[in-house]
Amino acid sequence: MNSLELRYTVDSEDFTLAGDAASRIKKKLKRMELSPDIIRRTSISLYEGEINMFIHASGGEIIVTVSSDEIVMKLIDRGPGIEDVKLAMREGYSTAPDNVRSLGFGAGMGLPNMKKYTDELEIESEVGVGTTVTMKIYID
Amino acid sequence: MQISEIARECGFTIINRGEDIEARSVYCCDLLSIVMSNAPEGCIWFTVMGNVNSVAVSVLSDIACIVLAHGSSLDEDAMQKAQEQNVWILQTALPIFDAADTVNRLINA
Repeated sequence: MNSLELRYTVDSEDFTLAGDAASRIKKKLKRMELSPDIIRRTSISLYEGEINMFIHASGGEIIVTVSSDEIVMKLIDRGPGIEDVKLAMREGYSTAPDNVRSLGFGAGMGLPNMKKYTDELEIESEVGVGTTVTMKIYID
Repeated sequence: MQISEIARECGFTIINRGEDIEARSVYCCDLLSIVMSNAPEGCIWFTVMGNVNSVAVSVLSDIACIVLAHGSSLDEDAMQKAQEQNVWILQTALPIFDAADTVNRLINA
């Protein structure tokens, strides 16, 4: 299989558009004969990352590369950065504002979910500069 | 059991129809990341969150159907998304536990 690159720009604080990129990518993955489990894990991980972009960074860029042995998801934002990545990874820790919590987010499970559903998760973040999250899911 | 049959047997109101697939289990929660972490594929999800994000979570997590309990409603954006994505949405005045318990008994009878 040739590798395929999908790019999406998330550029809004409008929550009605949150999940749009993950939904579009899921549709494309479904056409690629990948297993339902891999598609589901990729979709959920991407959605969590996309939501974080909406909540914390007012957008960013999502690049997904699908090759024969792995799916690599890169989420790049120019938001405020994460001060303490280890703390941010802790289940239940959240800095989401109240308006977002009232929509059902802010459980402090976004990053833990991304870790749970992917095979590799790497977070590079600098306060005041932005965050790049790289996730990999292996294809058997 | 097919979703249409569950809706009929339980007296739930159909807000939006999707593909009439079989529902295998029930799941209750309102916090979306916890739903994505734990809801089994093909489940019926009971919640009071009738917003566009609930519809997205349902689609991305391969949830079979959303049941809005306590008579909670679907907002306009969520309705549009549910229609676009063919997501089953049912509604009941029952509290979450009672609604889920009713369906659970039905599909495991």
